[in-house]
Amino acid sequence: MRLAAALQEHAGRAPVLELDLAPPVTVGAVLDAVATNHPAIGRRLRDEGGTLRRHVNVFVGPDNARDLQGADTVVGEGVEVAVLPAISGG
Amino acid sequence: MVDPGRLEASAGDVVVLVGTAKGLFTLTSSDRRRWNLNGPWFPGEEIYAAVLDCRGGRARLLAGATSSHWGPSIYRSDDLGGSWEEPEPQTLAFPEGAGAAVDRVWQIQPAGETEPDLVFAGVEPAALFRSDDAGESFRLDENLWNHEHRPQWQPGGGGLCLHTILPDPTGGPRLGVAVSAAGFYRTLDGVSWEAANAGIRAPFLPEPTPKFGQCVHKVDRHPSEPETLFLQHHWGVYRSSDFGGSWDEIGAESLPSTFGFPIVADPNDPGTAYVVPLTSDMFRCTPDGRLRVYRTTDGGDSWQALADGLPQENAFLTVLRDSFTADTSDPTGLYLGTRTGDLFASADAGDSWQELARHLPPVLCVKTAVLR
Repeated sequence: MRLAAALQEHAGRAPVLELDLAPPVTVGAVLDAVATNHPAIGRRLRDEGGTLRRHVNVFVGPDNARDLQGADTVVGEGVEVAVLPAISGG
Repeated sequence: MVDPGRLEASAGDVVVLVGTAKGLFTLTSSDRRRWNLNGPWFPGEEIYAAVLDCRGGRARLLAGATSSHWGPSIYRSDDLGGSWEEPEPQTLAFPEGAGAAVDRVWQIQPAGETEPDLVFAGVEPAALFRSDDAGESFRLDENLWNHEHRPQWQPGGGGLCLHTILPDPTGGPRLGVAVSAAGFYRTLDGVSWEAANAGIRAPFLPEPTPKFGQCVHKVDRHPSEPETLFLQHHWGVYRSSDFGGSWDEIGAESLPSTFGFPIVADPNDPGTAYVVPLTSDMFRCTPDGRLRVYRTTDGGDSWQALADGLPQENAFLTVLRDSFTADTSDPTGLYLGTRTGDLFASADAGDSWQELARHLPPVLCVKTAVLR
């Protein structure tokens, strides 16, 4: 998963997290894995109820997961998932 | 953005924490006349709560920061801002099944000197968290969260927030909190909570004085008389002499308006308190374009306008509930921030004021402590 610059400090400055997940892989499974392995990133993406924060966008390839099936969106093999902050706030 | 790094301050310095809509700033002074401004820490994040906790031999900064993207947390620094940590795992969170998520930290309140590791946090949606390790981890006060009134609490304009926490300064179990718009709640045994709003009018509700539902904006009290409370309500200023058992309205005859947000009890005199009246709930700016602090020295029977050094022309300002505070020096120092980024201070209990800063982001909270 490609990380927004502001999140990289919570992953040892890594711009990309490599996740090894068994198919079928969904956005929800990706976020669960991130929360397990990198809790400081996980809670910045979703609140404690599991809801994706309002101004966080998760892209599957070129598409915003919100415009697909949200957490149930299937991530195809080799497709990059990217987390980007919405153009809001600050 | 340049990292402000560690705050340069020495023992005995007064430190004023200024939480803004765009980060945390500090002002420090050794004489309360010349000030150094630093910041911002957490640039771009809302800081509704901040504390410098000097109990127990520590000098710990605690900041309730909310990123519009990445959510809220309480950060702590034991090197005066040089580095920050947050609870790990994140315990400032509702337990599974609570059906809620922390949206914003509204208040961080250390307990008294006799309990140096006890810190409380008030959040939105309205809930109280408790830390027994000086802010390193937190747990929800489930007794208040499960109170039978809570499903009927309504948000005020700022949200459904628990914004005031009054621990027992002697270390007893008594604790008071205020929620907008639910009112003042208290526990006398540290376990069971009760609404304590008798006498507070609520013109916006069908019942004139309901048991709960009042839009309490802020409550404060003097540490040596913790049963005497001063309260700024949406409609009216009140005093209680029995820790909220009953309330009497004060100031209706002598204040230009009884609408306002903050109320500050003077740490040096149990009978002295300060408010900043705003015109009305429909026009939340200082009356007549003049910024005036009002002081009572007789428990609210009379009020005196304090304006020396404050803008008195075309000053349509708003002071939010936590943007006014007092230090423990003698004479009392007062610090007041506006939603338009001004910061004013008085080193003589309000008799005269100086401008410490202007053009800051909107000021959300102002807190002060003397560095030990």
